[in-house]
Amino acid sequence: MPPPAGGVARGSGRSFGLASRYPLVPITILMIVLVIPSFFADLIAPHDPYAASVPNRLEPPVFAGGTWEFPLGTDRLGRDILSRTIHGAKYALSISLVGIFLGTILGTAVGLAAGYFRGWTDRIVMRVVDVSFALPSILLALALAAAFGSSFEGVIFVVVFVLWSYFARQVRGEVLSLRERDFVARARVAGAGHGRIIFRHILPNVMNTVIVLATLQIGVVIILEASLSFLGIGIPRPTPAWGLLVADGRALVVSAWWVSLIPGLAILLTVLSVNLFGDWLRDRLDPKLRQR
Amino acid sequence: MGDAAPLLEVRELTRHFRVGKAQVRAVDGVSFAVAPGDTLALVGESGCGKTTTARLILQLDEPTAGEIRLDGRDLRQLDRAGLRQFRNDVQAVFQDPWSSLNPRMRVREIVAETLICNQRLGRKELDRQVDAALTAVGLRPDHARNYPHEFSGGQRQRVAIASALISRPRLLVLDEPVSALDVSIRSQIMNLFKDLQAEFGMSYVIVAHDLGTTRYMADQIAVMYLGRIVEIGPSEEIFEAPKHPYTKALLAAALPSHPDTPHDREELAGEIPSPLEPPPGCHFHPRCPAFIGPVCETDYPDLDPVEGAGARRVACHLYRGAAVG
Repeated sequence: MPPPAGGVARGSGRSFGLASRYPLVPITILMIVLVIPSFFADLIAPHDPYAASVPNRLEPPVFAGGTWEFPLGTDRLGRDILSRTIHGAKYALSISLVGIFLGTILGTAVGLAAGYFRGWTDRIVMRVVDVSFALPSILLALALAAAFGSSFEGVIFVVVFVLWSYFARQVRGEVLSLRERDFVARARVAGAGHGRIIFRHILPNVMNTVIVLATLQIGVVIILEASLSFLGIGIPRPTPAWGLLVADGRALVVSAWWVSLIPGLAILLTVLSVNLFGDWLRDRLDPKLRQR
Repeated sequence: MGDAAPLLEVRELTRHFRVGKAQVRAVDGVSFAVAPGDTLALVGESGCGKTTTARLILQLDEPTAGEIRLDGRDLRQLDRAGLRQFRNDVQAVFQDPWSSLNPRMRVREIVAETLICNQRLGRKELDRQVDAALTAVGLRPDHARNYPHEFSGGQRQRVAIASALISRPRLLVLDEPVSALDVSIRSQIMNLFKDLQAEFGMSYVIVAHDLGTTRYMADQIAVMYLGRIVEIGPSEEIFEAPKHPYTKALLAAALPSHPDTPHDREELAGEIPSPLEPPPGCHFHPRCPAFIGPVCETDYPDLDPVEGAGARRVACHLYRGAAVG
């Protein structure tokens, strides 16, 4: 949807001019870099992402003197970097979707309960949130990897563990103020029970926040997954996850910079676009802007 | 009043809040009764306990002591069915229609809420009742599809009133029902309340700091100061000849209806004292222009009938023969 004529300029700090007011650019980038590759990787990718070809090892990309056979070059084993990056989108997208879905539900439910019932429920929940903020996620991932080996499920677990507390804290804060609003008092006078008040009156009023927060977390999750994979405690090799691809080129940064650069660019573009889209969504959904 | 059995009876109602180690006596032994079809106004400055009293009547809060009876039945002893009946019988309209309507709910569901929560009705019957309630408050039935932010302040308050009316309540608690509205809208809404009362025979308990509203709407007035009623009686009598010095000051502070009317201001000195440490004796004595001596500083005057003041009761030492001196 186009912004209103003369668009409301909103000092949101992070402003990339046209892109932040008009989400077409970030959405297009997301489609090209993340969404289409993850659904159609097998159709688009020119090569098998796992196929090694020793004679073609460390071919440079086409714009740096390479051939169209491997448009973005090859890695140490001669695997096509374009194909591997395309397949990597699948892992970035599925981990962020599943992780954010679970983390959002868990965090929102806990935040609703803490903010609505207050008292000891609230105290216990907030202490757990404090602890989970204090615990470094990398350390948790290391412990998990040491105990169970690195796996897809392990990464999801770490993602959920990191995310839920953000949602719980944010939702709780909003619920604390919402429950004092007159429409909640009016609902109680009308005879509404806790369930109706929570799900019909309070939850719909925190949904915007939850949606915006979830969108903005996609970037965080992709970075987190890449970091874990880069450190070797995320997605196991030889899966072409973006973090692993970057890690593959670590030793070659000087001689074959493209091995790290290409997947790194994919991460950068995705996270940047998601954040721009999230900013735009927040401005769109902000009830304070839409009401009155 | 007093002839018919009261619809609402409040006896020695008390609500204390703990603030750290101190205690706030927000409501401290308040008693009154409202007859069917009657209107009682609770009047006073902010912090006098009028809103807390309203919340206690609505069962949004639990009293520390005292009892509230609706139709002679003690609210604390209501069973499930009794509570459901209570939620049908007693409804409320709040001050700020921007806060009292859920912004994410359509008018239809807002208005129907009491029925949805307490009665099993079919969709058709629900729609019919919503239509009737919206029409009764001067809105169109097709407004049911809209969200609250699509309405003006006056229309929103009408939606709130429709939602309070739908269960055919016998008592409406109105918490400053017009003070958040534009002045030009207020009289419309007040007239609406009057018309609805004439049509449905409800009783009103109005919480107000605005005496104009009160004078227009109320049959009885209870003036509150720091958690207690200082003067209670028929509205006309109180407006014609206020007895308690606080009531006098409150009335004098209101602007006259015509600027040429002689208007002797008896301004109150100082602020309302902290309810954490109400002054000993009569709570009003530090600000009282009619202070008569040490008795004001030591004894809290009882709320008693006063000679030559009709059905009124006043809590002031001025009118105790023994106290003068």
